[in-house]
Amino acid sequence: METAPPLLRFDGVTCRFGEVTAVGSGAGGVTCDIASGTFVAMVGASGSGKSTLLKTVNTLVVPTGGRVLFGGEDVSGLPPAKLRRRVGYVFQGIGLFPHFSVAENIAIGPRLAGEKLAPARIAELLELVELDPVFGARMPDELSGGQRQRVGVARALAGEPELLIMDEPFGALDPVTRDALGRKVRELHDTLGLTTVMVTHDMAEALLLADRVVVMDKGAMVADATPRGLLAGEGGTVAQRLVRVPREQAEKLAAMEGLGEVPGG
Amino acid sequence: MQEIWDILPGLGDKLAAHVVLAASAIALAMLIALPLAVWAGRSRAVSRIALSLASLVQTIPALALLALFFPLLLSLRSVFGEGLPTLGFLPALMALTLYALLPILRNAVTAQANLDEGVLEAADGVGMTKWQKLVLVEAPLSAPFIMAGIRTASVWTIGAATLATTIGQPSLGDPIFAGLQTQNWALVLAGCLASAGLALAADNLLWVIEVGLARRKRWMTYGGMGLVILGILAALSGQRTEETGRPVVIASKQFSEQYILAQLIGSRLEAAGYKVEYRDGLGSAVVHSALASSSIDISVDYTGTIWANYLKRADNPGREAMVETIRSWEAETNGVKVLGRLGFENAYAFAMRADRAKALGVTSLADLVGKGGALTVGGDPEFFERPEWLAVRDAYGLRFGKTRNFAPTFMYDALRSGEADVISAYTSDGRIAADRLVVLADPKGALPGYDALLMLSPRIADDPGIAAALQPLLGAISVEAMREANFAVDREDAGKLTPKQAADALAKQAGL
Repeated sequence: METAPPLLRFDGVTCRFGEVTAVGSGAGGVTCDIASGTFVAMVGASGSGKSTLLKTVNTLVVPTGGRVLFGGEDVSGLPPAKLRRRVGYVFQGIGLFPHFSVAENIAIGPRLAGEKLAPARIAELLELVELDPVFGARMPDELSGGQRQRVGVARALAGEPELLIMDEPFGALDPVTRDALGRKVRELHDTLGLTTVMVTHDMAEALLLADRVVVMDKGAMVADATPRGLLAGEGGTVAQRLVRVPREQAEKLAAMEGLGEVPGG
Repeated sequence: MQEIWDILPGLGDKLAAHVVLAASAIALAMLIALPLAVWAGRSRAVSRIALSLASLVQTIPALALLALFFPLLLSLRSVFGEGLPTLGFLPALMALTLYALLPILRNAVTAQANLDEGVLEAADGVGMTKWQKLVLVEAPLSAPFIMAGIRTASVWTIGAATLATTIGQPSLGDPIFAGLQTQNWALVLAGCLASAGLALAADNLLWVIEVGLARRKRWMTYGGMGLVILGILAALSGQRTEETGRPVVIASKQFSEQYILAQLIGSRLEAAGYKVEYRDGLGSAVVHSALASSSIDISVDYTGTIWANYLKRADNPGREAMVETIRSWEAETNGVKVLGRLGFENAYAFAMRADRAKALGVTSLADLVGKGGALTVGGDPEFFERPEWLAVRDAYGLRFGKTRNFAPTFMYDALRSGEADVISAYTSDGRIAADRLVVLADPKGALPGYDALLMLSPRIADDPGIAAALQPLLGAISVEAMREANFAVDREDAGKLTPKQAADALAKQAGL
């Protein structure tokens, strides 16, 4: 199915914290290839190990077993600072530096690499995430939650990364903002030709945005399918249980529309 | 009030020395505490040990901490050589630095522990090295809290630096200690006002920096820092006036007589063309070793004190024999030269109110035998532990109904009010004459002599010019003259003199 060589490969990855095995509880650890240009969603309940697995990519978590290959190289052999500049990272905590302006936050990655980002480029990045370039001069505490995460995305993209990894990126946002930002990210993925791995606990979000959905359960990978395949019943019981939630919600909403009125008013 | 304003402008030197000392201590404490805090942020064990040690230091009274560095540095001379200063700036700096560590360390550690997890994760996520994370994220975000710690440390240090006077480092404590001993309250208040004013000024300037850091107002941060640096530079240049050859350093302990004699000695040396410096208000225990190590050059000490404390002897061979024994002992063991006796004694003596003594028919210690049971005896806080008291008690078989401790000043008040019948007075004390007290005779010679000796450090022991300038003082000061001078400084009325004025009057009376 995949013809391009994988940009990212999890090869028998296990992560153990003392007695607890967060990732790789199944035999042989987690093994999974992610091809260049794909948008992969990792879905699972809290504690399923999806975030831990994601963080092995930029070595925020170091696996206790197995390897993570990025562009064919073992990430444990790459200098962490250099690796992390090639991997855009967006997470629920956002983590804008409160003492830097928006523009300084966006320019931090290139600045660390000894490169000064031109004001025009910062304006361009702000426009990519649908923010007015005047925001560049503001401080993070002057922004709303959604605006802050837009800046977070712009910061992750500033270094022209080969890979974008996102850990519950929209988890703390209201549904409207969440939907708009999700669609924006998918659009950027397509127009900029990115490879994206997004961790989420929301199956609906995964189905709507990703090309491929990986389901994690208690540290093991239990499903790997396309959204269409999952909707067609592929992926096994855990995956289907997750798919059932948005499907039933959609059906109920459709039924209400069919009745032409809202019950319980 | 007017007096205080007259004194303040003259405190410039002390203020400059105070600023330089406090600023150096805080700078050194930052240099130690900040890297230590970074380390503590990465190791829980380091954090616990460092904070415990810093807290432990705080439990030691500042005065004791300062005094402890003297013997420590003295013993370190065997490693670093005789050039290592044991009094003055170095020990004061070390003690104050230790004192300033805790607030800086604690705030820095707390600031680090409270940094936003998300921001730290982002710092790693964007590819910062550990060093970049420290410099670009952790340090600037912790800075306002660290600054608050530095503010606390500064106020403490400026306050505690007044105690540096007791180990021979000039500071705003000089007028406070001198004033306390000579009951010159204007001097005390002037010193307190100056040091409080300095503490407030420092606190406000550092507050400006702190707010500048917290609200990211660069002009406040840099403006505040600029003013602090300007203040320190001004103090440094104010201090850098005389560095040509070491002056003769004259020490005094913490009572009026010592201040007066120091001035008397100083004015004679100045008249002979010597450059003189005063180290007033030194701790009594420090003076002798300071002299032996030439950290100070001239002191006046008392035979009985040296006899009991340094020769460790309890016998009483008589005044003359004591002086000669001490003279040869000092020359052999310390290289200190005993130039000679000033003439008067400042001995322990038992004193009573004249009317009370007459009523009881008491003129000597022997007369108290059998009558003591109905009497109360008062002494200074250490008196009833001293060998002098035991010697007297055992020689005469004295029994008193009650013994009470008083601070020296209040001892005389207690006698006046009848709360004590007999007190352990000092023979050169001016209040004996002023209160018309009767000093009881000591027919058995149980009390040792306390002849005032003029002593020179090894450094100037063989300086013929100094010996010649001071020779006229020997045997020139009678106990009556000394009492009068002491009383002139201690009294509270219009006749009150400064130690300098009293020294001049004393010199005139002694025919010098």
